[in-house]
Amino acid sequence: MEGNYELAKRKYIIGGAAVIIILVYLLRLFTLQLLSEDFKISADSNAFLKRIQYPARGAITDRNGKLLVYNQPAYDVMVIMTEQIGIDTLDLCESLDITRDWYERRMAEIKDLNRNPGYSPYTQQLFMSQLSTEEFSRFQEKLFRFPGFYIQKRSIRQYSYPNAAHLLGDIGEVSPEDIEADPNHYYRSGDYIGKLGVERSYEEVLRGEKGMEVLLRDARGRIKGRYQNGKFDEAPVPGRNLTMSIDLELQALGERLMTGKLGSIVAIEPSTGEVLCMVSSPTYDPRIMIGRQRGKSQKLLAADPRKPLLNRAIMGQYPPGSTFKTSQALTFLQEGIITPQTAYPCSRGFRFRGLKVGCHGHGSPLPLVPAIATSCNGYFCWGLYHMFGNRTKYATVQDAMTTWKDYMVSMGFGYKLGIDLPGEKRGMIPNAPYYDKAYKEDWSGLTVISISIGQGEVNLTPLQIANLGATIANRGYYIIPHVVKEIQGMPLDTLYTKKRYTKVERKHYETVVAGMRQAVLGGTCRVANTSFYEVCGKTGTAQNPHGQDHSVFMGFAPRENPKIAICVYVENGTWGATYGVPIGALMMEQYINGKLSEASKARATQFENKHLYIPQEYSLQTLSNNASHAPETVKE
Amino acid sequence: MPQKLLRNKKKAPSLWGSIDWLTIFIYLVLLALGWMSVCGACYEFGGTGSIFEFSTRSGMQIVWIGTSLLLAFIILMTDDRIIESFSYIIYIGFLALLFITPFMAHDIKGSMSWIKIGSFSIQPAEFAKFGVALCLAKVMSTYGFDVRNWRDFAICIALIVVPMGLIIMQKETGSALVYTAFFLMLYREGMSGSILFIALSAVIYFVVGVRFGWLPVMIIIQIFTIGLVLVYGRSGGKKRLGRWLYLLLPAPLLAFYLLYLSLRDRYLPYCLIALFALGSVGFYYSTDYVLNNILETHQQKRIRVLLGLEDDPRGAGYNVIQAKIAIGSGGLQGKGFLNGTQTKLKYVPEQDTDFIFCTVGEEEGFVGCAIVLLLFLSLILRLLHLAERQAHTFGRVYGYCVLSIFLFHVFINVGMVLGLTPVIGIPLPFFSYGGSSLWGFTILLFVFLRIDAGRNRLQH
Repeated sequence: MEGNYELAKRKYIIGGAAVIIILVYLLRLFTLQLLSEDFKISADSNAFLKRIQYPARGAITDRNGKLLVYNQPAYDVMVIMTEQIGIDTLDLCESLDITRDWYERRMAEIKDLNRNPGYSPYTQQLFMSQLSTEEFSRFQEKLFRFPGFYIQKRSIRQYSYPNAAHLLGDIGEVSPEDIEADPNHYYRSGDYIGKLGVERSYEEVLRGEKGMEVLLRDARGRIKGRYQNGKFDEAPVPGRNLTMSIDLELQALGERLMTGKLGSIVAIEPSTGEVLCMVSSPTYDPRIMIGRQRGKSQKLLAADPRKPLLNRAIMGQYPPGSTFKTSQALTFLQEGIITPQTAYPCSRGFRFRGLKVGCHGHGSPLPLVPAIATSCNGYFCWGLYHMFGNRTKYATVQDAMTTWKDYMVSMGFGYKLGIDLPGEKRGMIPNAPYYDKAYKEDWSGLTVISISIGQGEVNLTPLQIANLGATIANRGYYIIPHVVKEIQGMPLDTLYTKKRYTKVERKHYETVVAGMRQAVLGGTCRVANTSFYEVCGKTGTAQNPHGQDHSVFMGFAPRENPKIAICVYVENGTWGATYGVPIGALMMEQYINGKLSEASKARATQFENKHLYIPQEYSLQTLSNNASHAPETVKE
Repeated sequence: MPQKLLRNKKKAPSLWGSIDWLTIFIYLVLLALGWMSVCGACYEFGGTGSIFEFSTRSGMQIVWIGTSLLLAFIILMTDDRIIESFSYIIYIGFLALLFITPFMAHDIKGSMSWIKIGSFSIQPAEFAKFGVALCLAKVMSTYGFDVRNWRDFAICIALIVVPMGLIIMQKETGSALVYTAFFLMLYREGMSGSILFIALSAVIYFVVGVRFGWLPVMIIIQIFTIGLVLVYGRSGGKKRLGRWLYLLLPAPLLAFYLLYLSLRDRYLPYCLIALFALGSVGFYYSTDYVLNNILETHQQKRIRVLLGLEDDPRGAGYNVIQAKIAIGSGGLQGKGFLNGTQTKLKYVPEQDTDFIFCTVGEEEGFVGCAIVLLLFLSLILRLLHLAERQAHTFGRVYGYCVLSIFLFHVFINVGMVLGLTPVIGIPLPFFSYGGSSLWGFTILLFVFLRIDAGRNRLQH
């Protein structure tokens, strides 16, 4: 046949087509298999279910071993959709104490892929979270009637006492920002993280390390066993227990005494820097921050204009008032501006070149010890005036200011002390550039005279004031205050064991101690006097532009081998002696004697009921929770 | 000629000496690799059964492979002239079987193509290819038969379309589409290449049109039309440059001008090109209608997903996505025999049948895939070579039928796993689990090897 030869050539076209097809496929395989890792990742995330195993969070006790925070079992009700067909919904709703309506809504939510992206009808889905033990045992009895429903145990945080909410803090679901901020990428959405207090600052110690189980999951979401018999599994490491330096009874008393007052009490053991109590008022019961109601409570607390969530002990920045005079006396003594014998006149205040800083009536002129005891404003104004005006010692007023500031910083003012709690504020100690800017370099000791009596630009946190007390009690050094005394199986950070000396010698401290002792014996702090032990103290009546003066007390006891240094700060409590001193005295008695005398008990009750505003109580009883069972998270 | 006869008489080679052992070798290697893949696809993590147990699919596949080898041996022992002489009877027999199948079949996933015999099910459509190939070869080898003759061509079309229709009635559109592979053979035998060109154009219009809209399609039509005019148009003339200016007319207007030219010059190709251009435009505008109104919903969906028009990771696109993940996660060397997680955990549906190539990709990686594809390519090219060396039209046509079918299966099956062709449920030869397809391919191949082995025999 003619043309057959031509047709035979078509084999090349057919063969060529086959070759091209195979080449195209090889190219495609090359791009799929060798150029992209994405498919490998997809395959692994398909097949491997990395089930996280949560470690038990560490427990927290007070300094006497009282259990403050522990883990409590809670129970989640899980459901597998494909298995739960044909159950008696009415019975189920009754057993779980939910409405039919809630049941329907919840079921719809579970199946909604937008709200529950991990939904599979073959795996356990969270139906209801955090049943209490009672609810659980009621449901457990009837569980056999509800195929497809399961109970999953998990643990929630529980608090033994209604106290120390600011210190203990709480845990909550980790926020996207927290996840982002964590350099180790430890957290996954839905994990819990410490939000406030030591729960936050000791998060890494308390939480332990999550473990992981690598499971094989088939296309329908069913678990087909462990991958390579658990070769790649990691066991969880439980969290460490914490012993806090807090004395719970002291803390509880402090909270009682501060009822209806705004302010703070901080007590420190001077020899160790351990914080014995840290009261911030108003406060709340930490138990309202557990589980399902946390969000609601949080909102309620955040809306209160008195800011119960604010830990005033470390976040409140107040004028220290006359308590600050002790630090001035120390500075002037060390700098040689005064000697203990130096006496300054005071005619109802400091009057000089038309400037007047008022004072109350007392004898004049006075040397240092009685000046501290009577809290003479004039004395310290003169002191500062002489220091800042001393041109033989300091070339300029700026130099004097810088020297003064260095003394203040060495006493722990102006910067964060570094307590082991989140959110500490640094307070305010002005320096020379600050005033240069404010007064266009035209200023003198007189311009800034009010800093000598703890007013003006000076602001301290109650913690810093208490630390001043501890420093004086130690005669010249402090250890950074801290609320955790011991971490299980781990030494404490050396930050909290190292002594930090101020720029002032011990002998000068003895003088100030004498002044503070005098204040208790015959000065402003007479109320604090007791025959059991020698109390040293200093009052403060801090003026503030927002209203009544703040009532402040700083003190320590006993005079020798002090066991407790304290600061009481009552906002708008007028005279230091009105609230600060008596509350401080009760606190010291409680700690040193371990209990209050009958008379003191009566006095405590009296102060508990002495309110500066109508207190709002945040406790489990007052937050009448209408048992909304909406689950917060899916957690295993 | 006498010399050749003489030589053949002298050295009448034995059957075993004339068999193409290379093809058999490739066949055996593919069978072995196929069995490994079935093992990989059926193996369950933590399962108790051995891969050799008959209760498992991998065990059963050994049975199918064993019987296939027996079948191959029997075919080689049979005289190919007997097979050739039974061609029509075999064809008619298969037609009858295909016809009664839907009435006897039990429904498997909507398909009515399986007949139950005892505890086994067979799929006649898998064997019928053999009958059609045989019949086509027989018809086309009759004296004076020429595909270029429209009557003879119509006979071929009828022989192909009738079984196709019967298979479509069994709701096995995929298996029916395999029969279009015979057009490749028809092309070799003289069918005009323009038919293949038109079919290819249609696919291009469809894909481009559905994906990118009308303008690119029109540009392609313009290019095709201009190309055809340049190739088949009358060359020569006075004003060479000015002559071609009309090609810049848009395709539809150009078509009418070409019609005018063909009438004026009495030149048929212009008319045909004009019809092609008009037909192309018409075809493009009917695709939407076809896609939305004629195809069934699941077919529409598959096509839309393939073309990237729809994203349906849990529905029609699921197979393809999971298949790509399986293959892509294999990397260069794969995860190792029985270590694929995508396949073991049933992420890829139909992984032991239509999507078996995933197992190769996941467990044996790029190296394994390349070996398998190159083995298929060698098989096809070897068959091409064998077909071309046939002294008789019967052998050559049959050979081309076999290689066309293999090529089509590999093209579609591997293509769909790689996400390059639509999902059409047809098996990968020697790999997909199942007796029917393995027997079908074995018969198809070994009948050709038997014919080839007899090529040197003295005829008449």
